[in-house]
Amino acid sequence: MARHFEQELESLKTTLIKMGSLSEDAIRLSIKSLLERDITLAEKVIQGDERINTLEIEIDNAIIDLLALQQPVAIDLRLILAAQKINNDLERIGDHAVNIAESAVALMKQGIKEPFFEIPEMGELAQHMLRDALDSFIHNDAKLGTSILKHDDEIDELNRKVVREFVERMKADLKSIESGMDLIRVSRNLERVADLSTNIAEEVIFIAQARVVKHHAGDESDSTIH
Amino acid sequence: MADPNIKIQTDNLSVHYGTRHAVKNVTLGVRTNHVTALIGPSGCGKSTFLRALNRMNDLIENTRTEGTVMLDDTNIYAEDVDVVELRKRVGMIFQKSNPFPKSIFENVAYGLRINGISQKRLLDETVEHSLRQAALWEEVKDELHKSALALSGGQQQRLCIARALAVNPKVLLMDEPASALDPIATAKIEELIYELKQEYTIIIVTHNMQQAARVSDYTALFYLGELIELDETKRLFTSPSQKQTEDYITGRFG
Ligand SMILES: Nc1ncnc2c1ncn2[C@@H]1O[C@H](COP(=O)(O)OP(=O)(O)O)[C@@H](O)[C@H]1O
Ligand SMILES: [Mg+2]
Repeated sequence: MARHFEQELESLKTTLIKMGSLSEDAIRLSIKSLLERDITLAEKVIQGDERINTLEIEIDNAIIDLLALQQPVAIDLRLILAAQKINNDLERIGDHAVNIAESAVALMKQGIKEPFFEIPEMGELAQHMLRDALDSFIHNDAKLGTSILKHDDEIDELNRKVVREFVERMKADLKSIESGMDLIRVSRNLERVADLSTNIAEEVIFIAQARVVKHHAGDESDSTIH
Repeated sequence: MADPNIKIQTDNLSVHYGTRHAVKNVTLGVRTNHVTALIGPSGCGKSTFLRALNRMNDLIENTRTEGTVMLDDTNIYAEDVDVVELRKRVGMIFQKSNPFPKSIFENVAYGLRINGISQKRLLDETVEHSLRQAALWEEVKDELHKSALALSGGQQQRLCIARALAVNPKVLLMDEPASALDPIATAKIEELIYELKQEYTIIIVTHNMQQAARVSDYTALFYLGELIELDETKRLFTSPSQKQTEDYITGRFG
């Protein structure tokens, strides 16, 4: 007899994956709106955040119910605790997408065409990290999760570089201060998205952090407790 | 017409054992096809209340029941109520499984036989259906004529559930149905309860709060014979409206 609790866990996971894809879309579209100077798209991202916020609350409530009613332990408990953090991380990624979209709108209103320096590259990297973090969660793949962690330094480095470049530019041309500030803001937000993706990856590693050794013959088959 | 969403509605229900007022003016509605759990410290009147719902207290000497219990549109304490018929519609499962010292088959067929049903085909079909519903069929189908007493505790409890189901009840009353069982057998009973609520209205008494949280849709807290709070289980266990409930479920008293 399958426990209905397992179905509830499965459905929590599914909802969280949906939350992940909404945040992923928000980031992708916010970057696109900036790079393609598409104000309609940027506004769409800003409006779409409502849905992410609502879903966050829904997931949070489901988690509270599971904790209060099912007394989860071991792998189930780790999954639920991790889900709670991932949910929160994803909601904040949604907020960063809004920040980026707002900066995009501000830049377009200024009508100035600034160089983006490494921002497109940072956007690619942040998205890549987020995608892998979500994939590692979906497939319970702690190895993939671990592989994300090393990119965090790269994106930090890119962020520092971008900030230096814009500061130089602002020093040379005072008219570029306003747009420079907005682009620095975009860079910082991308760096935060990468941080949050790293957090998600760490949660996936936490879920998998079992002392139960799984033999890889069958998928979940016989486990030995040490 | 009664509200179809409410299967049983008690109104100012009181039960006395001699001078002891064990259930005090309880007004409580039980939702159709949902599980309602009754919790509260030992001696608070849960079992007495449960037994009042199919007039099992009538069998205990010196009891007096006041108030009304409506089952759909019928007051079960009305003069003209056929109590045997009532107990078929409102079946009871006890803490200690109590199979008869007969075969598995005969245990389930019992209620049908005393109702004069003897066609083999009907008996066979009903026994199989009831055992399936009680999630026991697969385990016993090849040994239906073995003694029920040879079954494990968990199997015996599911057999008793099958026996109750065979007479086509609408409501199942369960008094600590899993308290004598090990965790695996308990989990099976809990899953079974979850399945059965699709078709039956279930009221379960449990001293195990976690069990109430896991299996029920609604939870009622009793204390000293009174109903303290009835709410959706989710709400009661995450933010109860009564201080007494909070104290009880967090283990601060009782
Ligand atoms: N047959 C009985 N005769 C006299 N008193 C009883 C009888 N059954 C229960 N009581 C008393 O009624 C009160 C409620 O008991 P009960 O309904 O069994 O509580 P619970 O099921 O919550 O433990 C207790 O004080 C108990 O001692
Ligand atoms: Mg009792």
